[in-house]
Amino acid sequence: MRELFIKQLEELNKSLHQMGILIQDAIHNAIEALKTMDKEKAKEIIDADSIIDHKEKEIESACLHLLLQQTPVAGDLRRVSSALKMVTDMERIGDHAADISEIVLILNKIEYQDILDCLMKMAETTTKMLDKCMNAYLSEDLKLADQVADMDDIVDNLFVEVKHAIANAVVMDKENGEQVLDLLMIAKYFERIGDHAENISEWVVFSITGVHKDERVI
Amino acid sequence: MENIIEIKNADLHYNDFKALKNINMNIPKHEITALIGPSGCGKSTLLKSINRMNDLVEGCKIEGEFLLEGKNIYQDYDVNILRKEVGMVFQKPNPFPMSVYDNVAYGPRTHGIRKKKDLDDIVEDALNKAAIWEELKDRLKKSALGLSGGQQQRLCIARALAVKPKVLLMDEPTSALDPISTLKIEELAEELKKEYTIANVTHNMKQAARISDTTAFFLLGEMIECNQTTEIFSHPRNNKTEEYITGRFG
Ligand SMILES: Nc1ncnc2c1ncn2[C@@H]1O[C@H](COP(=O)(O)OP(=O)(O)OP(=O)(O)O)[C@@H](O)[C@H]1O
Ligand SMILES: [Mg+2]
Repeated sequence: MRELFIKQLEELNKSLHQMGILIQDAIHNAIEALKTMDKEKAKEIIDADSIIDHKEKEIESACLHLLLQQTPVAGDLRRVSSALKMVTDMERIGDHAADISEIVLILNKIEYQDILDCLMKMAETTTKMLDKCMNAYLSEDLKLADQVADMDDIVDNLFVEVKHAIANAVVMDKENGEQVLDLLMIAKYFERIGDHAENISEWVVFSITGVHKDERVI
Repeated sequence: MENIIEIKNADLHYNDFKALKNINMNIPKHEITALIGPSGCGKSTLLKSINRMNDLVEGCKIEGEFLLEGKNIYQDYDVNILRKEVGMVFQKPNPFPMSVYDNVAYGPRTHGIRKKKDLDDIVEDALNKAAIWEELKDRLKKSALGLSGGQQQRLCIARALAVKPKVLLMDEPTSALDPISTLKIEELAEELKKEYTIANVTHNMKQAARISDTTAFFLLGEMIECNQTTEIFSHPRNNKTEEYITGRFG
């Protein structure tokens, strides 16, 4: 009984790990496409989103099978149920990377280096958050999971910074109004990605401790 | 929450073998308490001690306190009165080789009830509570040994209920039963806890998780962890509990 279960859990870990890499790549590629105005790359990201969606379905199905066949309890139950919750946020992150790429398709060369710098930092921070989430889940490392919430504050601050830069740009330069709004959208997507990464970290904490956002959910 | 049974610093020896080691636990009134743990950890021994079934076991020595409603089970109770207050149902259904009716009426008769009308009422009531009246009302005079295993077990529960106990101890009551009979007994337990308190020994983790309010985990004569069932099955405090309920050993 237990052996089959362990095998199924390992499969689940592997799939989650793969999905984690897919969404980190998606963010990384989206910011690269933005930086270089690489429309081909942007299209690839949009197409690749269906792979992430598919991975989500695959993991959901694996979790439901585990729940049905093994009726896991205790730490096992928490691992499977948090995986089920985590993939929802992971899938949304994939969507946002595609959303950002959609904007890249309609953008022209970016005139504002300061805004671009902020967006790059947002991409870098959110990617790191996800990396920590995945490692924390796989190695049951509570400290690592806890760090993610602090990093979301960095992302939120970067978003405020972008907003200021954009407000300035609007005042200084009335002609590029549309572009700055597109950049604001992109910043908002990164800010949302940060929120989703924080949600994921909260389920990682639940998986390890049984406590979700300071509350016992079961 | 009121505890109908309190066990304090209880040790039990079978000759030199220490089968229970410093047990401290409470059984809350009108709840179902599940006792779980690997074979030989002392679950049955503990249940039997609550009912003084060990009184006649050679070499069995019990220390510490077992209290029923605050009174010492070993000092303040006559054993017959104790067994009226605390009924027991065993793993293998053990109906007496007599009619269904006489099985259920057996206890009340030994406690001096003689009038047919009174006994009829008690029998019907007990069979009803054991969810088997509809099945057996036309077979009351037939031998209990002709019933199916599941029916026999519910009859044994009815027999235990007929003397109106406060506590019902059940030692793996469904381990010899098919899934439907098991479900019936589980539903019955759920119903019975409104009036009675139930302690249920089980090797079936799902059953413990399904029906009990409190779960106590035993290992090698020790009580390792006792807590609300949802806690035990979602977030056990002790590693050994986690290992046992997740099937890593036992
Ligand atoms: N009458 C007895 N004389 C000597 N030793 C006994 C006696 N009854 C039980 N034991 C021993 O005490 C220990 C606990 O036994 P007990 O029957 O309480 O275990 P249990 O938890 O109910 O196990 P199981 O799940 O197999 O029913 C075991 O090691 C058993 O061998
Ligand atoms: Mg036993």
